[in-house]
Amino acid sequence: MSKEIVISVKNVSKSFKLPHEKADSVKSLFVNPFNQNRKKFEVQHALRNISFDIKKGEFFGIVGRNGSGKSTLLKIIAGIYQPNKGNVVVDGKIVPFIELGVGFNPQLTGRENVYLNGALLGFSEKEVDLKYKEIVDFAELDRFMDQKLRNYSSGMQVRLAFSVATILAESDILLIDEVLAVGDADFQRKCFNYFRHLKKLKKTVVFVSHDMESIREYCDRCVFINDAEIVYDGSPEKAAEMYLAMFNESGHIDKVTNKSTIENVSRWGDGSAHFDDIKIENLSEKEIKISTEISFLETIEQPIVGIQITNSMGQPVCGTNNKILRKNLESVKAGQKITCVWTIPNIFSSGNYTVDVAVTHHDGVTQADWWHEATDFKIINELNTSHIVSPIIGQDFSL
Amino acid sequence: MKIFEKLKQKYHYAVILLRQLVITDFKIRYKGSVLGYIWTLLRPLALFAVLYTVFVYFLRVGSNIPHYAVYLLMGVIFWNYFTEVTNNGVSAIVGKGDLLRKLAFPRYVVVVAGSFSALINLAINLVVLGIFMIINGVPFTWNILWLIPIIFELFVFGLSVALILSTLYVKFRDINYIWEVVLQAGFYATPILYPITLVMEKSLFIAKLMMLNPMAQIMQDARHLIITSQAETITSIYNNPYARLISFSIIIIFAVIGIIYFKKKSPSFAEEI
Repeated sequence: MSKEIVISVKNVSKSFKLPHEKADSVKSLFVNPFNQNRKKFEVQHALRNISFDIKKGEFFGIVGRNGSGKSTLLKIIAGIYQPNKGNVVVDGKIVPFIELGVGFNPQLTGRENVYLNGALLGFSEKEVDLKYKEIVDFAELDRFMDQKLRNYSSGMQVRLAFSVATILAESDILLIDEVLAVGDADFQRKCFNYFRHLKKLKKTVVFVSHDMESIREYCDRCVFINDAEIVYDGSPEKAAEMYLAMFNESGHIDKVTNKSTIENVSRWGDGSAHFDDIKIENLSEKEIKISTEISFLETIEQPIVGIQITNSMGQPVCGTNNKILRKNLESVKAGQKITCVWTIPNIFSSGNYTVDVAVTHHDGVTQADWWHEATDFKIINELNTSHIVSPIIGQDFSL
Repeated sequence: MKIFEKLKQKYHYAVILLRQLVITDFKIRYKGSVLGYIWTLLRPLALFAVLYTVFVYFLRVGSNIPHYAVYLLMGVIFWNYFTEVTNNGVSAIVGKGDLLRKLAFPRYVVVVAGSFSALINLAINLVVLGIFMIINGVPFTWNILWLIPIIFELFVFGLSVALILSTLYVKFRDINYIWEVVLQAGFYATPILYPITLVMEKSLFIAKLMMLNPMAQIMQDARHLIITSQAETITSIYNNPYARLISFSIIIIFAVIGIIYFKKKSPSFAEEI
């Protein structure tokens, strides 16, 4: 094994036997010793002939849909499962984050849990002692450390688990399995900071995720697993694109689905104005036209009407309002109705988008009506790129 | 020196984890109960009190053996240890399934941790036994040091059985009920509450058979060395100075089976639980 390679996965296959009737008691052995059904089982191939090498300092992504074998692969690298065929050679200490807070016990205090969790990750009491203060500070739980864990809120537990994991685990190789799917925005920000930190320190990280944005942003290399096999091994951009493409229907005509598909409509505001309707008037390869009708129940001086388009990843893609566009509305009297039409150049990448519209008072803060996910549309772009937007960029050659 | 370093590295994780698991178990066991750790003492003492009242006080069992109360208590304490170790063993792997599925630590650690937890309780119980010895006027001699190898033997035997049971329980989930019955039968098949001489009077063959049980050999040796030289041992019953080797061999067979079986099955624990 070359010095640079820290994880070497060679021809790994893994299958699980799923018995139709599991002989899991001594009784069934005696009662039915000759029952042929007992031996029947289905073999489920979780991984087939997987090979790759991970170099030192690489941020390595694994993507694939649910049940494609990602987590099994991670568990095999961690040494929790044994492969049926092939082998995995790891050079260095691995810390797996298959789940945060493994072994946390609600009966113990926060402090005791820190030491227990530390030991499970392979750190002695002395090693934890040195970092203890840092852990508590990072979790911001100083006052609670001598309380039992069962009195913690779930958010506090996650914070504690995360800070034990991140502060302690300064090992060479980290395996991270979508632990970041949980937690509020603030917590996710912390996680991403942590990722940047890991990248700066040149740690080797194996990262399983469904979040293509973080795959694109952090990974140096990425494999895409489908149906137990590696379909692609290479740039995260391409892997993410293939992954997302799997969820998009094939075809080349842009399609409109009106707001009927959206449930859980949420809207808020002081009610001084109200969107009566929203329509996607036109959706072509060139532009998208969205029109709305607003009723004013009270007089609003110089109201601001805005729109925002968000992709399926939750990222705002674009948006504007009449203040930015310097198209001031004068005072709109109570009882008046206005119609507003937006024409947006179709620069969108393939995928689903949702539309938020809002009317606010002149300060831009006091909301009269904010309609979250008022409507949605779907884009299938023939000239798609893996970027957030795919405007047609002119490219000319000349000799 | 290099070999030592290598060994240290290999077992570094196991030792850290073992220590923390035993400490945690100690802390959790009686958390929230009023008497807390005193329960560890009360269990064997309560059993002792019942047995003493019924068999010694009313039925006059063992009236020809000096310090029979202490003799009985020692048997109860040793048996209590064996029960605890093996019961811990049954649930060790399955009970820690959550950990096993998420971390790759040496699997034997959880079984060994169960044995150490029971060992702590045994130590506390032996202190109580010491107090009873003083009350009963049993003379303390240097023979008490024999307790160290005897407890070592007990530990090895208990752990071997625990390894086998923990592995079996992963596949056969009714082992715990079967084991309960085995323990109950074992309690009467082992000379705990009656002196082995009682059996010898009826049939020497049965007494010899009973002494093949390592628990009987361990108990009788401890009683003979520490409480009263009147307690028969495996060598005196077989009338052969090497008879003890039979018992040792049985323990070694259990240990070898336990280790091999556990080692063979442990890689797949995570997926089978």
